[in-house]
Amino acid sequence: MKRVIETSHAIALAVKLARVKVIPMYPITPQTHIVERLAEFINNGTLDAKMIHVESEHSAISALQGALLSNVRAFTATSSQGLALMFEILQIISGMRLPAVMVIANRALSAPINIWNDHSDAFAVRDQGWMQIFAETAEEALDSVLMAYKLAESKEVQIPIMVNIDGYSLSHVYEPVDIPSQTLVDSFLPKFKLEDYLDINNPKTFGPIGFPDSYMYFKEAQHKAMKNAEKRIKEINREFKKKFKRSYGNGLVEEYKIEDAETVFVCLGSICGTAREAVDQLRVKGKKAGLLKLRYIRPWPSKSIRKALNKAEKIAVFDRAFSFGSEAPLYTELKATLQDKQINSYVVGLGGRDVTIEHFKKAYRMCSKNKNGWLY
Amino acid sequence: MGLPREEYIASGHRACAGCGEILTIRHVLKASGKNTIVVNATGCAEVVTTPYPQTAWKIPWVHSAFENIAAVASGIDKGLECRGIRDKINLLAIGGDGASFDIGFGSLSGAIERGHKFTYIATDNEAYMNTGIQRSGATPLFANTTTSPAGKKIHGKIEPKKPLPLIVAAHGVSYVATISIADLPDLYAKVKKALKAEVVSFLHAFCPCVPGWKYPSSKTIEIAKKATATGVFPLYEIENGILKFTRKPAKLEPVNNYLKMQGRFKHLSQSEIRQIQNYVKERYNFLLSVENSKCFDTLFK
Repeated sequence: MKRVIETSHAIALAVKLARVKVIPMYPITPQTHIVERLAEFINNGTLDAKMIHVESEHSAISALQGALLSNVRAFTATSSQGLALMFEILQIISGMRLPAVMVIANRALSAPINIWNDHSDAFAVRDQGWMQIFAETAEEALDSVLMAYKLAESKEVQIPIMVNIDGYSLSHVYEPVDIPSQTLVDSFLPKFKLEDYLDINNPKTFGPIGFPDSYMYFKEAQHKAMKNAEKRIKEINREFKKKFKRSYGNGLVEEYKIEDAETVFVCLGSICGTAREAVDQLRVKGKKAGLLKLRYIRPWPSKSIRKALNKAEKIAVFDRAFSFGSEAPLYTELKATLQDKQINSYVVGLGGRDVTIEHFKKAYRMCSKNKNGWLY
Repeated sequence: MGLPREEYIASGHRACAGCGEILTIRHVLKASGKNTIVVNATGCAEVVTTPYPQTAWKIPWVHSAFENIAAVASGIDKGLECRGIRDKINLLAIGGDGASFDIGFGSLSGAIERGHKFTYIATDNEAYMNTGIQRSGATPLFANTTTSPAGKKIHGKIEPKKPLPLIVAAHGVSYVATISIADLPDLYAKVKKALKAEVVSFLHAFCPCVPGWKYPSSKTIEIAKKATATGVFPLYEIENGILKFTRKPAKLEPVNNYLKMQGRFKHLSQSEIRQIQNYVKERYNFLLSVENSKCFDTLFK
């Protein structure tokens, strides 16, 4: 059934369709519309779940961990400062290999305080052992949540995942969304069942102290599981297509007019829509532009990126975060992946600054002169 | 007195000889039994019981972080409820004084306010012992710690102890009590009552610490006994808002009988001992003055 709904609403519907049981939540803009919808579902009796109105994001992520350890599917959402407050627990959850799913309505970090969109929150927690997906549209946000549960809970993965949606510019946007039926979702997403949980009939110890003789094994295992996820992401994308009649590139990346492109834009999230439009307008003028949309930054899809950008002469990377004293994070990683290519860096849209078609056209021109820049 | 024979924390853990915290946990678990899940804060208990791949725990146990046991327990509480097995399981959140009085105070208060069902046990050894005896909000007046040293100008900790059980009681919970390993029948009875509560119940456990308090490891129980005999650690419970002493010495011994057993107080002047005596007496008298009254009753619910 196709309806025009807000992305936050679409995410709440995905959580409901995933039959989530426990939802610890703490309000923060621009994430709040998601949990408000979930609270309505619960209080109207259409979602059989418990909401825990915790007193901080630190407790939200901790209660999420507790819920998972009691062997039920759980959900929470946050943004910016909230994610920063959760930082400590993120690697405790990934180190314990719990399949948590959390939506981040991406927002700039203080100071100065700014409630608008960029990716500085997501990139600040990049190395905490969570998979990170970025959605472009409301429908992709809904689909990504469903796929995220299946992926995180896969036996060969067992890694938590953040579903990133751009604050306001996606979270608060109304778009047509094809809402799948409960029967269809049930046929896609198996019932939640952990192999290891807090079970009085089979007592286990979670979160022991790992001395220097054991710690590294845990960390290497996390890395291997994250690499396993790449294959699983592709499989789930294919299975999703069979069941729901739609999919997203190969699951890891999505190409747009890339085959004969000389200059390829690389970006994440909702600005990919603007990038597509820019590609079309440039092509009208005979300029061979293309777009590579990265869906995942962790696991970093290096093989898919190399394959997609094999023929590109110039690459323009758009970052909405920055590593002060160094360079933009996507740019750094792309350079490491494609060491023989001309790659240029464009920092755009920090703190909710508009990213327009003109920015892409300007980047196209700068790229032809091998110039980097911050575009306002 | 019929203490259960079963042990749920195995011997061979790495706690110091005479550790008051491990003894407390051992006896609390005997009272709560096999169907118990423990959420344990970062601290000595966590470190000494779980050097991977070994564990001393014979029941399901989880350690997440320092300040979040009440929040993790909140998630477990609701998860078990969703699975329809909440009533079959005793859920314990166990944290030291650093975890309970200081860094995890907010998450404890939040969980109480939300009306979760679990028993919180603050194993209080009156300083950050795991990191090397640093002062906490539970460190008593004038105690010598590594961050409140008995210097020439300042003689140990200059602030008194935070009254955590009374603060918890002010949330309007149905059961708060103090427990001591020097009085096991009292401890057992209180754990049993705490486990029956339908909301968060709170036990403040007195846990002497051999290296932190500086006394011979054979004296743990004796020191705990003396703490109650001198009024330093009165044994009471607050049930449905009404405070009752469960043990009341006929006459309190002078506080110095307790202080002089421990190296952490050996620097005290006569005037400082008098200040501690007055402080202990005032607090004890306050508790006596509210005994059997409804001072923590439904007002706060």
